[in-house]
Amino acid sequence: MTATPLVSLSNVTFGYGGAPVLRDVDHVVAANAFTGIVGPSGSGKTSLLRLLLGTEKPQHGTVTRASGLAVSYVPQLETVNWNFPVTVGECVLMARRTRRLLPWATQEEKAEVADVLERLGIAELRSRHIRELSGGQQQRMFIARALLRRPQLLLMDEPTSGVDVATRHEVLHLLDELNQGGLAILLTTHDLNGMAAHLPHLVALNTRVIASGSPQGVIVPDVLERTFGARMEVLQHLGMPVVVDIGSVGQLGVAG
Amino acid sequence: MEPFQYQFVVRGILAAVLAGALCGLLGVFITLRGMSYIGHGLSHAVFGGYAAAPLLGLPILLGAGAWGLGSALLINAVARSRRIGADAAIGVVTTASFALGVALLTRFGTKGPSFDALLFGSINGVANDDLWLLLGALVFAAGTFTVLYRAFLFSTFDPEVANVSGVSVRRMDALLMLVLSVSILATLQIIGVTLVAATLVIPAVVVRMLTDSFSRMLWTSTALGATTGAIGMYASYHLQIPSGTTIVLVNALVFVLVLLATGPRGLRRAAGMDDHADVPAVTRVSSVR
Repeated sequence: MTATPLVSLSNVTFGYGGAPVLRDVDHVVAANAFTGIVGPSGSGKTSLLRLLLGTEKPQHGTVTRASGLAVSYVPQLETVNWNFPVTVGECVLMARRTRRLLPWATQEEKAEVADVLERLGIAELRSRHIRELSGGQQQRMFIARALLRRPQLLLMDEPTSGVDVATRHEVLHLLDELNQGGLAILLTTHDLNGMAAHLPHLVALNTRVIASGSPQGVIVPDVLERTFGARMEVLQHLGMPVVVDIGSVGQLGVAG
Repeated sequence: MEPFQYQFVVRGILAAVLAGALCGLLGVFITLRGMSYIGHGLSHAVFGGYAAAPLLGLPILLGAGAWGLGSALLINAVARSRRIGADAAIGVVTTASFALGVALLTRFGTKGPSFDALLFGSINGVANDDLWLLLGALVFAAGTFTVLYRAFLFSTFDPEVANVSGVSVRRMDALLMLVLSVSILATLQIIGVTLVAATLVIPAVVVRMLTDSFSRMLWTSTALGATTGAIGMYASYHLQIPSGTTIVLVNALVFVLVLLATGPRGLRRAAGMDDHADVPAVTRVSSVR
């Protein structure tokens, strides 16, 4: 984490009028970041994204953004009306940056959409209704929409929530490729094992930052208990930490 | 073609075409944003302004328009305060405004259309000024949605992401309220306050059953609204029934026919029109936590 920071949170406290949902949070998003924010429901993950996006302001502390920073956001799939009458191409085109007064897209804009869909491997789905996509394709479409704005930082809320294991791997591999290409990525998740296998940097959050560092440093029983409020067993598999729900060790149930 | 000999019928049908087109166009945004109840409520609120404006010495259009917009903003403010729910806020503000309108019209009367005409619409008494007002409202709505097409589409589909992508969702919501208030005011005499909501909702729902394209929805809903308006007004003359009633009944008939023709596929499309909008658009972005 030595590159120039894109966004820095310094001693940030934030709430919605009641008790703070984030307290004394320090965090730096570097230009090459590929970070997962893990924590239970209500731990402040989404609020942290909103502070990074700039849609919410801290009650205390400061949020500092690099000058001219371009940030894109991918919401949870569950928050979207997949019956809305748009095709994949139209959905991606929503994010176009021009200030044209006419409603229809230019040839240049259409080419730009085709290019980004091609890059994400869903070019053939351009004319499909969004309802007809699989979970992985929906995620790719939203990432394509985000990339159309040519961001330096991509923020994603629970990108692996509600998708199967194969789709989770597909999405995380895609994000890894984008990160290798120079895009900083920060995502929130409940999915400890998926993150441990794919992300180089994790932040355990429960109102405060409990721990921050590599998966090996963050996914340890003590940190998990302080973050999730429950004892969890951590096993090692091919050099990666694997979290096991301690109540289900006997049944070989894996938490995630 | 006997009725077309009469100027008032021609003016009435022209007004119904313009009013139907306006409501059909606006209805696409209203239904997809889950704002049907706001459309219903605002028409009642505008009625209060219509009755109160002359008593306050204000021109009816200005007074009722400002009253409607004020009601919309008040609903917005009450809902945002989160002390009471958005639907309760709409219920309180708009029914109180409607009750005030009834009280004022009963007590002081009206120099314009009759009480019944304001409630249910009428083919009688459509003046050239009314046609110009309707045309102006339609041009205003169509111009707004053309120039700000992407911003309205984005903020309707995904307000949270639109907000961080350079679209001011709050401004789009306020602008839609303004267009809605102006449109309700312009169509008041043709369709009536109690029936405006149906002409906002039905054409959009019908075309949603027929197409998966947002842009196609816009123009087909506009065309359908204009057509059902014309047929409804023509039927109003022949059946001697208030025009708002016949326009809504024609819309309802089209709805049933399209539902029968499209079957479960159409129903499935229309059923989830505003799935993401579990609270009205005016409170969506601010209430997401």
